[in-house]
Amino acid sequence: MVDAIVFGICAIGSVVAGIAVFRVNSMARATFALLASFILAAVPILLLGLTYLGVLVILMMVMEMMIMLVFMLMYMMNPAGLMPMTMVHNNRMSLIIAVAVFVILVSGALLTPWPRTGRASAVEPTKALGLDIMGPHMLVMVIIGVVLFATMVSVIVLSSARGRYDRFGDDLRTRPPRDPVRGGLGR
Amino acid sequence: MTEGSPWSLLTAVGLLGVFGYAAAAVAALVRARQAGSRWTGAWAAPGREVARLLVRQRNAVVGSDRLLARIGGALLPVAAIMALLVLPLGGHAISDLSVGVVWFNAMEVLAWVAVWMVGWGSNSAWGVVGANRFLAQGLSYELPHMFALVTVAIGAGSLRVSDIAAAQGGHLWFVVMMPAAFVVFLISVMGFSFWGPFDQAVGRDIVGGVAAQLSGIDRLVFLAGRYLMLTVGSAMTVPFFLGGGAGPFLPGWAWLLVKTAAVLGVLVWAGQWWPTIRMERFAEISWVVLLPVTILQALVVSIFVLVGWM
Repeated sequence: MVDAIVFGICAIGSVVAGIAVFRVNSMARATFALLASFILAAVPILLLGLTYLGVLVILMMVMEMMIMLVFMLMYMMNPAGLMPMTMVHNNRMSLIIAVAVFVILVSGALLTPWPRTGRASAVEPTKALGLDIMGPHMLVMVIIGVVLFATMVSVIVLSSARGRYDRFGDDLRTRPPRDPVRGGLGR
Repeated sequence: MTEGSPWSLLTAVGLLGVFGYAAAAVAALVRARQAGSRWTGAWAAPGREVARLLVRQRNAVVGSDRLLARIGGALLPVAAIMALLVLPLGGHAISDLSVGVVWFNAMEVLAWVAVWMVGWGSNSAWGVVGANRFLAQGLSYELPHMFALVTVAIGAGSLRVSDIAAAQGGHLWFVVMMPAAFVVFLISVMGFSFWGPFDQAVGRDIVGGVAAQLSGIDRLVFLAGRYLMLTVGSAMTVPFFLGGGAGPFLPGWAWLLVKTAAVLGVLVWAGQWWPTIRMERFAEISWVVLLPVTILQALVVSIFVLVGWM
């Protein structure tokens, strides 16, 4: 009963916060509305007994939204970020896509033959969930994770305008390096 | 998850307040001595400040986002109190979560939200500069901080804070087994409470930064939240690294308080003497030195665990 009430509050709250993202006129408010929506969506994970995953989702969402906030302000508002703005554009197509996705997800949730008899809750629910989702593909997923990380690092290295020749000169011997902003180690 | 009585919650929050006040008083004392003025009245300085802020009007610049600023200001002390929930006080925590370490981390990261909201919401260039400085600082201290927490969890074989404290009973404390993680943790406690060398977010060079426009009760809540974050960080150092309530003669809760007071005293004192470090400097120090050091520390502790030394 308590679970159902908490779930209901979080479900409604999450949707309301999600709507607020597109109704507020400030990028900062939109970001925090989105963050609230994500956090409210993390609470049902806690209700499933997946404490580790639930708390981790909250932790990660807070950190990533705070980083994203900086980029959203930079790209979507005027430089000072203090003027009102709108999050809405391409209204008709967005509406069609949103309704279609909603229908697909809801029909998936309603039509999937979920197991009727609940299994006894696992001793290590996080591990059990990981095995259920990944199964024998765990090694593949771990490798994909490392590949993704390596891709991110290489993209940053390749897209950076300054390389080691800019820092250390043509013979790589300039010390200290010519950096626009000096770091704390004097490298 | 074991539920504590509401009394223990009241006690914990009350103690948090007392320690936070003491931290502010010690800071006032060190400041008075640095300035060469009379320091005998320093114990009452935070009280006078509270009274002054309580009677002052709350002001806000035209066009400021009051909703965000006030949510942010209130979030800081709330985050500190929620982080305190997993601290085992006198044998049992208020809510001894099986993932207490992750919970503490999640609550402490809320400081990013709180500080940024206050800085942005005040509609002041200084506030936004301070808020963005704090995010840069967060990106610098957070990863070494997380690896320090991971190291602690590996050493104890559990994410439950009371298990971590118990794992040090009869053995060497984690401060001996993982000194680098200990130092990084103390640094990050000062980092997330923007204290001492990490006070750039509220720096004097940007006329108070995030707190530049705060007045009255808003300023009181925000600054109190900062001291509470510092206090809760110091308190969590004890079960993580200093053996929890372990110690001769005194009961467990008394040792916890004594050790917390010692850590808090060191942080407050050090924070008043260390000069502020600029974020572009600390970012490099953190990513080039602290992060590899903490990863190595985690590796060493993992090997200790594998060969059975811990």
